[in-house]
Amino acid sequence: MEKVLTKNIDNLEEDHLDLRGYEKAGGYQGLRKALKTMTPGEVTQVVSDANLRGRGGAGFPTGKKWSFVSLESSHPRYFIANSDEMEPGTFKDRLLLESDPHQLIEGLILASYAIQADVAYIFLRWAYKTAAHRIRQAIADAYEAGYLGHNILGSGYSLEMHLHISAGRYMCGEETGLLNALEGKRATPRPKPPFAVTSGLWGQPSVVNNVETLSNVPHIVNNGAQWFNSLSLTPGSGGTKLYGVSGKVQRPGAWELPMGTTIREILYEHAGGMRDGLKFRALLPGGASTDFLYEEHLDLPMDFDAIQKAGSRMGTGTMVILDDKTCPVGMVLNLERFFAQESCGWCTPCRDGLPWTARVLQAIEEGEGQMRDLDRLQKHTRLLGPGHTFCALAPGAMEPLQSALTRFRDDFERHIVDGRCPYH
Amino acid sequence: MLSKDEQQAIEAEFAHYPTKQAVCIEAMKVVQRHRGWVTDENLADIGDLLEMTTDELDSVATFYNLIYREPVGRHVIHVCDSVSCWIMGYEQLRRDLTGHLGIEMGETTEDGRFTLLPIQCLGHCELAPALMIDDDLHTSLTEDRLPGVLDEYQ
Repeated sequence: MEKVLTKNIDNLEEDHLDLRGYEKAGGYQGLRKALKTMTPGEVTQVVSDANLRGRGGAGFPTGKKWSFVSLESSHPRYFIANSDEMEPGTFKDRLLLESDPHQLIEGLILASYAIQADVAYIFLRWAYKTAAHRIRQAIADAYEAGYLGHNILGSGYSLEMHLHISAGRYMCGEETGLLNALEGKRATPRPKPPFAVTSGLWGQPSVVNNVETLSNVPHIVNNGAQWFNSLSLTPGSGGTKLYGVSGKVQRPGAWELPMGTTIREILYEHAGGMRDGLKFRALLPGGASTDFLYEEHLDLPMDFDAIQKAGSRMGTGTMVILDDKTCPVGMVLNLERFFAQESCGWCTPCRDGLPWTARVLQAIEEGEGQMRDLDRLQKHTRLLGPGHTFCALAPGAMEPLQSALTRFRDDFERHIVDGRCPYH
Repeated sequence: MLSKDEQQAIEAEFAHYPTKQAVCIEAMKVVQRHRGWVTDENLADIGDLLEMTTDELDSVATFYNLIYREPVGRHVIHVCDSVSCWIMGYEQLRRDLTGHLGIEMGETTEDGRFTLLPIQCLGHCELAPALMIDDDLHTSLTEDRLPGVLDEYQ
């Protein structure tokens, strides 16, 4: 199959692609083409036609998001590359950030051109030290080469780009939380509407896109929408996808595959299946905030629509595998503790409900639970679900819990009846 | 008083943002890089520079995981406790670490060498379990490799 995002990375001779290497591999040709021959609207149109959907987890059509920014709206406008990648179990953007930083930068410049942004930020998580170093260098090199700054390649279009390194908090990945973090505030969510496309960073029109999403843009501009759609095995979502697998499998890792590759192929061919002596039990398809999927779902294509139809979300496309020797109650407890800690405290259901949920799960895991705790937990999956909280953090936290309560009911009950964790 | 180096590093960020307040997270990180942690006095000095109150700054400082408002050791160990690392042996790694260092999570060794802190997903799930010491990542950690890794930090 044709690789797009990782094509350069696969052929790497050095540890990463610098400006010269990127240009030699055809880099910045998309930018030249767009600035010379395409209007901003045409760039948005080709991305729309390509059916590029947001790779950060939500799967929102990228071109559509850009089209919400009126080209009549006020300046400055901002474009932000969300490089926070803090969803537990997710490590795909790191590969792109570390190995091919110019691909992201070119994508970000093109995206900025499409909405006529004046300033672009790369919002990077603190833990990615290698990426930070290479991106800083890459931005400097791109300025030097005339791809950034005033009057880019003589086109009349100008763009400034800066790297912002976060001080660490899951909420920074949430679009409006990220905007507050960039403004030097606590990363609490903002009410929507107004949406960022009309009133975002410092109240100005802003778009936030994920790293993998943006890294696709130069290739779409270069090769066209039809080509991009042809890469995918599934209608309604073009391109390839960086899938990842972690947990007790033979070869944990990430691979670029056609969008819509089946879970079975990713898990068994690429990750090599389970480690010896272990059986597959369940998986979180796209990070901590997705419902569990099971054996009967293995032949589903990993794409936004099919996984949603199965009652979960593809999310980031990086799966976490639960094996038969790992306690599902312990795993859900770990997830809920994470969400409880990372709740920003802005709204009461999330601030109070998540620690409560984690405490009840801890009691069950430690053999001190009661049967009625299960009904209470069940009730909380609704109380903390969509429509009851300010942002998507708590509803996301409830996704693995609600599916675990149904599917692993026997495990929960055994903890309570036996008064101990049967996996220890 | 902020040092000249600190002040210059903070002011260099002004060009990247339209407001001074936006620089505050970076400003606290700059001070922390130089001094290990951020004191009340440091907050007041940063506040003077950025035209913010210490309360405003503290509300930001306490929100983020990586800004320390208490003293830390010479080296800070961040152990990933998120789901992939948990599956791959976080609990054992934590027991090995607390046993080896003689401290619990959130504590600093008596000689001031290490502070041990939990951290959420470090984004290296395929190489779990993972931890960071200062700016260095260590992955696929096992009990027998741990003493050698810690020895690198004196």
